[in-house]
Amino acid sequence: MGINTITYDAVVVGGGGAGLRAALALSDAGLKVAVISKVFPTRSHTVAAQGGIAASLGNAGEDNWLWHMYDTIKGSDYLGDQDAIEYMCKNAAAAVYELEHFGMPFDRMADGKIYQRPFGGMTQHFGKSTISRTCAAADRTGHAMLHTLYQRNIANNTHFLIEWFALDLIRDEEGDVVGLIVMEIETGEISVLNSKTTMLATGGAGRIFQASTNAFINTGDGLGMVSRANIPLEDMEFWQFHPTGVAGAGVLISEGVRGEGGYLVNSLGERFMQRYAPNAMDLASRDVVSRAIATEIKEGRGVGKNADTVLLKLDHLGEDVIKSKLPGIREIAKNFANIDPIKDPIPVVPTCHYMMGGIPTNIHGQVVDNAKNRVVNGLYAVGECACVSVHGANRLGSNSLLDLMVFGRAAGDHMADYSKKLTHAKPLPVNHAEQTMTRLFRLENGSGESVSEVGDSMRRIMQAHCGVFRFPELLDKGAKEIKELAIRENHIRIKDKNKIFNTARIEALELDNLIEVAKATMLSAQAREESRGAHCREDFPERNDETWLKHTLFYSEGNVLDYKPVVTKPLSVETFPLKARVY
Amino acid sequence: MRLSIYRFNPDIDKDPYMQDFEIDVLPEDHMLLDLLLRLKVQDETLTMRKSCREGVCGSDAMNINGKNGLACITKISSLGDSIVLRPLPGLPVIRDLVVDMTQFFKNYHSVKPYLINHDPVPEKERLQSPEQRAELDGLYECILCGACTTSCPSFWWNPDKFVGPAGLLQSYRFIADSRDQALQERLDDFEDPYRLYRCHNIMNCVDVCPKGLSPSKAIGKIKELKLKRM
Repeated sequence: MGINTITYDAVVVGGGGAGLRAALALSDAGLKVAVISKVFPTRSHTVAAQGGIAASLGNAGEDNWLWHMYDTIKGSDYLGDQDAIEYMCKNAAAAVYELEHFGMPFDRMADGKIYQRPFGGMTQHFGKSTISRTCAAADRTGHAMLHTLYQRNIANNTHFLIEWFALDLIRDEEGDVVGLIVMEIETGEISVLNSKTTMLATGGAGRIFQASTNAFINTGDGLGMVSRANIPLEDMEFWQFHPTGVAGAGVLISEGVRGEGGYLVNSLGERFMQRYAPNAMDLASRDVVSRAIATEIKEGRGVGKNADTVLLKLDHLGEDVIKSKLPGIREIAKNFANIDPIKDPIPVVPTCHYMMGGIPTNIHGQVVDNAKNRVVNGLYAVGECACVSVHGANRLGSNSLLDLMVFGRAAGDHMADYSKKLTHAKPLPVNHAEQTMTRLFRLENGSGESVSEVGDSMRRIMQAHCGVFRFPELLDKGAKEIKELAIRENHIRIKDKNKIFNTARIEALELDNLIEVAKATMLSAQAREESRGAHCREDFPERNDETWLKHTLFYSEGNVLDYKPVVTKPLSVETFPLKARVY
Repeated sequence: MRLSIYRFNPDIDKDPYMQDFEIDVLPEDHMLLDLLLRLKVQDETLTMRKSCREGVCGSDAMNINGKNGLACITKISSLGDSIVLRPLPGLPVIRDLVVDMTQFFKNYHSVKPYLINHDPVPEKERLQSPEQRAELDGLYECILCGACTTSCPSFWWNPDKFVGPAGLLQSYRFIADSRDQALQERLDDFEDPYRLYRCHNIMNCVDVCPKGLSPSKAIGKIKELKLKRM
């Protein structure tokens, strides 16, 4: 076929926090590794994380990883797998110390230790009182972390293929992944990377919604790739709507603002969270706070011209705290809300922020492709694109940076060991590029709608039918519309047929991935007849553990749903039993 | 609103040219990037980089009415009646507003932008006082957008020999870190007449930095340390 083929021991797709941490493990192991990224690594969305990374260091009061584990399980509304959650919380301190040793500029306490701040759902003594567990570098923790990890990779001489776009996985007759097909964006050239192991660290897909805190690049590329390779997506109905996106702009305002003492008020000037979460107040879990805001707005207590926002008040924190601990927030408020939070409150609304679901994996980061957790040899997934599942039905703030570090390392180490055991990459199957070339060829000859028309329709459908509150008739309509749209998406056209740095073509290929994510989300949400965590059904307002304490698996081919049990047995400690979830 | 945009598509154009666009500014258009994205719907061949759209990833640096900046945090209202957009100066153009940043990143890598500490790794964190940590403020926040370096005439003249403001700012970020032990090695790296000393305090870097950082001040600090060592 004449496609250039390059062989590697290991390929990592994605240069965000998870991919870069894994890359360190792989380059340390002396393997021939490539990290491919569609953007320069420090442009990855990890850079936008603000508030911090959770770990029970105990720098600001007694702490214990078991309490962190309890909080995470409760936060997940018991859908998180307790083995994975134990692994993450137990290894959290080591992950943060590792970042510090790498040079990360954490803020410090007076005694020189790492600064920690309170965050939603993080408590002492199994829910008794709040704890400062979230380690921060001002409100730019993700930026500090991503740059530090990239810098370590420079020291390690990691090999990057920058502005290369991953198109499809290659699976052989036995179902093993033996590499992938990629496009160099600058030249438009297609290559095959034949690799012993492949890792997807492609991040989230929040761009399926109209209002999103996510970067433009969050298009679910890894999720699209596995969907086309007959691997299911797990728990896709669970999307986190962050309580505080800047109204209109969608840009994130960190939970760290409430951690530092900021709070929400409605049009009456009332601190309404006291009615919804009398103990935790503004630091309840994100799903709880977002529902509270949506309810206030629905019941007419919103603020603004259309009464469709609430206010985040922080002026009482004083200029010094805002300037030293929340400087980035001040910048964002000035830029995107035209206000200075030292003087005025910020208008905010719940905004799509994080995908709890994703590519199913075990705690080693190995991708599993059925309800019995059958391992797909050679394929790994970590970070937001993966569902291991530590976040279950709702993620706690500052657990995602932790997820990247802990599972980036675990999966990187496992992948290194596995790659070392193989003498060479398995051979490529015949016609391995056929599906991809068909997909590309379709774009050259498409006669349907434009990418922006179909993309706009998708974002509108998702926003209107699958938001903070979910209604049966809207889900049914949304499911029908998104299935029809997926068919229309097959015929999209692009006008730009040039080879060099063709972003129109990339956006079309990204839409192939987004539509898979949108479809999985809507159909999984339509099927789950209960309310749990971020999935809130108006017609089934209660959690139903008897029927629904299970993970959803969605297969794109034929739109098939399957389910698998939640892992309730931790690795070494006792199971945390089911409880009603109140804050 | 009239926009005049630098166009060059190496697949078909022999030479670059400026193309004019007329576009109505809608109430929901706040930033220059909002306008560019609507233009791209009209003409999908218009090519630029973008990612976070909130000024933290550094993708969409370009030359805006003669001054480098980020399209995503440049308010349309700050730009007057007409907007002229060109790619960042001093780097090869790949297509339209997309430049080849290889040299920029090479210079960044050349300053060893990572913590060097030869002590055995401690069990917990290395201690650092809030005052020592405060030394890193104004340095670590760099987003590597390239606005400063590509506005620097010294970089235009000697892109392969002068590190440029972004790289030097990062060099000082590690010099200033109480945990770093490579001060002498880092200063040795600036013995030649180019890598550091081609900075002539023109201050364009300070003028354009979208994060409000001052590479010029950091460069001054490195020069001071070099003087003290003599």
